[in-house]
Amino acid sequence: MKTSENMEALLSRAVQQHMPGASGISELRRLTGGASKETWSFHAIVNGKDEKLILRRGRGGDPDPVFTIDVSLATEALLMERASQAGVPVPEVKFVLNEIDRLGEGFVMSFVVGETIARKVLRDDKYAAARDMMAFQLGEILAKVATMDTSGIDELARVTPAEQVDRVRNIYQSFDEPFAVIELAFKWLDAHLPTGGKMAMAHGDFRHGNMIIGPDGVRAIIDWEIPHVGDPIEDLGWVCTNVWRFGVSDKPVGGFGTREDLFAGYEAGGGGTVDPGRVHFWEVFGCLNWGIICMMMTRRHLLGHTQSVELVTIGRRAMEGEIDLLNLIGA
Amino acid sequence: MQNRPTANELIGAVATFVEQNVMPELEGALNFQCRIALNALRIIERELELSPGLEADEMGRLMQLLGTEGDLEDLNRNLSQRIRKGEVAIDDPDLLDHLKQTTMGKASIDNPRYSGYQDLKKHTDSN
Repeated sequence: MKTSENMEALLSRAVQQHMPGASGISELRRLTGGASKETWSFHAIVNGKDEKLILRRGRGGDPDPVFTIDVSLATEALLMERASQAGVPVPEVKFVLNEIDRLGEGFVMSFVVGETIARKVLRDDKYAAARDMMAFQLGEILAKVATMDTSGIDELARVTPAEQVDRVRNIYQSFDEPFAVIELAFKWLDAHLPTGGKMAMAHGDFRHGNMIIGPDGVRAIIDWEIPHVGDPIEDLGWVCTNVWRFGVSDKPVGGFGTREDLFAGYEAGGGGTVDPGRVHFWEVFGCLNWGIICMMMTRRHLLGHTQSVELVTIGRRAMEGEIDLLNLIGA
Repeated sequence: MQNRPTANELIGAVATFVEQNVMPELEGALNFQCRIALNALRIIERELELSPGLEADEMGRLMQLLGTEGDLEDLNRNLSQRIRKGEVAIDDPDLLDHLKQTTMGKASIDNPRYSGYQDLKKHTDSN
C-alpha cells in the first residue's frame, strides 16, 4: 500500500474480486491528492473490453483534525447510487473497497469524460453551447437531488438553516480572530433565516470542480463528501456565490448562466417555484462560508497538520468572502 | 535605518527571479506550487508598500467610530464584539463605510484583480 507498485497489485486483485469478468489493470495514475483523499485513474479489461475507471480512496492515517465534516467514502458511494436512482447524472459506482482489499477506505467508479477546470469551461469555444444551457440543467439536477432517498444513511446529518449558520459560526469563533465583516454577516443571517420549506437532500458543495462538463453540458456531479439533509435551496445559493464565477461576475450561476435559467430548470425538474429571497440568503451564507473555508485551510498549515504554501496562502483569500458580503448586504 | 535595498526592493527582486527564471523550468504540480509561492511574494511586496498608509487610515476610522484608543488588533476586537452584541446597527453608514474602506484595502494587497473588489470599488466610488 506504500508504493504504487504494491498498490497496482492490490488494486488489480480487488478489481478481479469485485468485478466479474475482469482481468488485470493497467495505467494506474494518481490524479489528485487532497489532504485526506486521493483520486486515481486506471484501466481494466472487463470481459475483453477496456474500461477506464476511477479509484477514490482515503489516505489512511489520522483524518484531518481541523473540522472534518466529510462522510465516509462508503456513504459517498451509497449516495451516488441513490443520486443515480433519482435521475442525477453521476459516475456509476462499480464497487466499494473492503478490508480484505487492503487498500483502505474507498470505492471504484466509472470514468466520465469531460472538464472540471472552471477557467476552461468558461473560456474555451468548445463549451460555448454548454455554457448557454448549463444553468437550466443544474436547476433540473438540483430538483432531482432534493428528491433523493436518504433513508437509512446514519451519517447524513439533518441540519436546519439555523444549525447550518451555527455550525459555521462555531468554527469561526474558535479561531478567535476578529473579522468585523464576518460578524456583520452573522447578524444579517440571524435576522434573515428562512422559515418553512422542506428538509431534503443537499449536495453541500455544488460548484465548479465538482461537476464534469462536456460540450453537451453537465455530464456528472461528483464529490458527494459533505452532504446533509437540510434546506435544498442551499445548493442553489452556493453555485451562485461570486467566488465560483471565476471572474465572470455578471453571470451569477458559475460565471456562465442566469438565475432565471437556474430557477426555471429547478421548476421544470419538479422542484417547485424558487423563492429568490431564499437563494439570496444562501448566497450571503455562501460568501461567509467561503471566507471561513479559507481561514480553515490556512489553519491546517498554521497548526502544523500539513506544511503547504498553497494552504497557508489561501488564508488571504478570506477577503474575497468579505468583499462579496459587502457587495451583497453592505448597501 | 536599514540601507538600500529596502525589504520591498529585495522581495520584488526575488519575485521577479522566481517568475522569470524558476517557474519556466518547472512543470505540472511544481509549476502550480511555484505560481502560488510567487503570488505570496507579490502579496508581501504590496503589503510592504501599502500597509503603512492603509493601517494609519484604518486606525483613524476605528478611533472615530469607537471613541477609544488602542492598537489595531484591540480596536478590531472591540468593533467585532460590539457588532456581535448588537451594540452597533449593521446598516450604520459610518460602520459600512469603514468596513468597505478596510476590506478594499486588504483586497488591494491580497488580490487587486478580484472581481468582487472591482465591483465594490465601482459602487463605492459612484456613491
